Amino acid sequence: MTDAVTPDTFPKLLTLNARRFAGRPAFRLKDRGIWRSWTWSEVEREVRAYAVGLSRLGLRRGQVFAIIGNNRPKLYWSFLAAQWLGAIPVPLYADSIADEIGYVLNHAGARLAVVQDQEQVDKILTVSEQLPVLAAVIYEEPRGLRDYDHGRLYPMDEILASGHRALAEEPSLEAWLEAELANGTADDICVILYTSGTTGRPKGVQILSGRAIAAVSDSIAFDRFTERDEVLAYLPLAWAGDHYLTFCQSLYAGFCVSCPESAATVQENMREIGPTYYFGPPRVFETLLTATTVRMADAGAFKRAIYRFFIAFARRHGEKILNGREVPLHVRLCYALGRFVVYEPLKNALGFSRIRVAYTAGEAIGPDLFSFFRSIGMNLKQAYGQTETFLLVASQADHQVRADTVGQLMPRVEVRIAEDGEVQYRSPGQFIGYFRDAEKTAQAITPDGFVKTGDAGFLDKTGHLHIIDRSKDVGHLRDGALFAPKFIENKLKFFPNIREAVAFGDGRDYVTCLLNIDLTAVGDWAERNDVVHGSYQELAGHDRVIALLAEHVGAVNRDLALEPATAGAQIRRFLVLHKELDADDGELTRTQKVRRRFIAERYAKLVEALYSGVETVEAATEVVFEDGRKGTISARIKIYDMEPVAALAELAA
Amino acid sequence: MTNAAAGETLLAVEEICLRFGGVQALSEVSFDIKRGEIRAIIGPNGAGKTSMLNVINGFYRPNRGVIRFRGQSFTRMRPGFAARNGIARTFQNVALFRGMTTLDNLMTGRTLKMKRGFFWQLLRYGPAMDEEIEHRRAVEEIIDFLEIEAIRRVPVGRLPYGLQKRVELGRALATEPELLLLDEPMTGMNLEEKEDMCRFILEVNAQFGMTIALIEHDMGVVMDLSNRVVVLDYGRKIADDAPAVVKQDPAVIAAYLGVAG
Repeated sequence: MTDAVTPDTFPKLLTLNARRFAGRPAFRLKDRGIWRSWTWSEVEREVRAYAVGLSRLGLRRGQVFAIIGNNRPKLYWSFLAAQWLGAIPVPLYADSIADEIGYVLNHAGARLAVVQDQEQVDKILTVSEQLPVLAAVIYEEPRGLRDYDHGRLYPMDEILASGHRALAEEPSLEAWLEAELANGTADDICVILYTSGTTGRPKGVQILSGRAIAAVSDSIAFDRFTERDEVLAYLPLAWAGDHYLTFCQSLYAGFCVSCPESAATVQENMREIGPTYYFGPPRVFETLLTATTVRMADAGAFKRAIYRFFIAFARRHGEKILNGREVPLHVRLCYALGRFVVYEPLKNALGFSRIRVAYTAGEAIGPDLFSFFRSIGMNLKQAYGQTETFLLVASQADHQVRADTVGQLMPRVEVRIAEDGEVQYRSPGQFIGYFRDAEKTAQAITPDGFVKTGDAGFLDKTGHLHIIDRSKDVGHLRDGALFAPKFIENKLKFFPNIREAVAFGDGRDYVTCLLNIDLTAVGDWAERNDVVHGSYQELAGHDRVIALLAEHVGAVNRDLALEPATAGAQIRRFLVLHKELDADDGELTRTQKVRRRFIAERYAKLVEALYSGVETVEAATEVVFEDGRKGTISARIKIYDMEPVAALAELAA
Repeated sequence: MTNAAAGETLLAVEEICLRFGGVQALSEVSFDIKRGEIRAIIGPNGAGKTSMLNVINGFYRPNRGVIRFRGQSFTRMRPGFAARNGIARTFQNVALFRGMTTLDNLMTGRTLKMKRGFFWQLLRYGPAMDEEIEHRRAVEEIIDFLEIEAIRRVPVGRLPYGLQKRVELGRALATEPELLLLDEPMTGMNLEEKEDMCRFILEVNAQFGMTIALIEHDMGVVMDLSNRVVVLDYGRKIADDAPAVVKQDPAVIAAYLGVAG
């Protein structure tokens, strides 16, 4: 952006894009089966009208505007319209239960809210008596809302239409809009993102608009994004990953954000759009690989053989080719054939044909999973950042990709390792504190301005940052052996049959774990092996299923035995949980991360059983359904003992 | 539209008798369906509920009795006439084209509304194309309404049962009927699918003012959905009233519990 002064707010970036990329698409949405697109200049017109409409509903500078829903163009415009007026957008997770929404709206003191549909309106209405300052709610989809009391409810189309009407009738409004835009400065809070938080209530991360834009400009230069890139927005609107990497980057680079028709059509929409840029947490890649493996298991013997051969070939040579290293000609030829018969068709089926840059972040990715996607020729890279960072601490440059690191530091980011191994950083976009929570802010930021990540890690000689685990989670067995739970869990979760794993061992004699089966993969296996079951619970408790998982645990133990540092942390006992870990029960965060401490408390009885000699244990667990009702699931769970594998060092001795 | 339950009579059956050989499937059944209401037909197995629907849309010819539809009287209805005049139905055992996609199945619901002939359709040009676009738009509205975007291109035979039922409802809606006959729309569904289906039925009724007659076994569903309930037992009408009243009726309780009464 050398042609003019860099804008210091996102609405100013929008007006700039409306001039320099006027006719290029800015947003797309598949609606009624057709991709509809809006150009940058159209989006600017809509946002202007929207801002006028919001102002007439009473939204003023400094007030909070809550946004709840899935990835929809009009909800993205809601950010811009609020920022235009100097109000602060606060996105919330669409799948939050009413209570969680009530807490955040109340904590943020939301003045207005825009929501996608009836489901969200219902949630707000349930908690509305806790929200005295919430003056009005705008909804995008009118379905089902016809008979609601419209005292404080407004359809979005009406707000936009009234804005357009007002702009047409009162020419003076244009000047007022320009003045409002010019009032925005680099010191405005451009967004407050509530982090899902692995512990306690969510905290509101405040980001300043000038800092944010400075950080975005670095990341755009890093991966050379232009207005010609394409992205499909499918991750939660309220997640930093979507807000920073999709929305903010799109505004700076001018690329088009496409919104899927519904959550269920993401895969199909990926194929139609063919994004050049993709971002997903490891879980998404895991799901894709599981689905692929399951589909291939159902294919004919010939196809299966071809798939196996070329995937094994890619695992040996694919990464070397992608990293630009020298390989013999016959390997290159064979890989080219593999591209033709397996890799490209597979990438096409996943919607990855045109991917130029893909990232995984948010959690450590299993090395096998990571190299699978790289080996078939997809430029998947790792990055590391937090909501508090605004964008990234570290990121892997093309040809600098390794499975065990999260990359080198981003420009203008400083990192230091605290005495206890915790990674601390200072970044150009970093947050200014948690909203209305000075105490938590003081805990998170050191007096000299570094942000504590809570992650343990180290910088190696090449300047790559390694993240091992949450610093509070890294522990030791009683005999002093290192115990990094996530490291073990990731190894387990690479098996498609294991959906979730939680390892225990800190301060104990040996390592144990709780496992969740993957219903798709294990269900499919059960069907092919005549394992009769009537429910998830029955399948999870089936002897043959437990034996199947024991094989996987054995394989992980053999893997752990290879490294002297991890050989002591082999899994001695495990059990298969009778219910799926679920965010509604508080066991996972909304971004599907395991809440280890909570699980340890909730399943204390099971954990104790793992460390006593018993062979079975009775479990009764309370569950919360989506509508808030509660129920109990009980089961008798078997515990499986594993023989530890001798460490390599011992074998040699 | 006025209050749903107080609308004028859209369809009435009067003293319908239906016999298969020696079996008396229906004897002297009379009831009416008012414009804009949701009317439930309930009863134990073999009570004659499906036979009644078949009489209404012309699959069966009654031995005696009269059907009044929009003020006209018929001694029998014909399926083609019924379909052209705004009576659509779904079946107890899903009756879709299993090899065709969801989209194509819904498009068949528009067949009666296509005006261009076979050769125009073959050309797929000019007026025929305009017409196809218009019908496709109507079908896309239904796809959006029923939230089945993700299965638009999936052959119906590959879908789970609950979704097939939803597609069948979609095809019935595609004909833009005045009266929708639903034969056990919730059988074989889990709780969540049932709740979805209830939501769709209520929305169809409220949003498009469509009149609905449905056969259902789940009493909870009947209580929640319908304005009035007619109860059949061994081919006879034993009650006809608001759901809350019908539930208390000793004759109905006896019929359901099998007590000789």
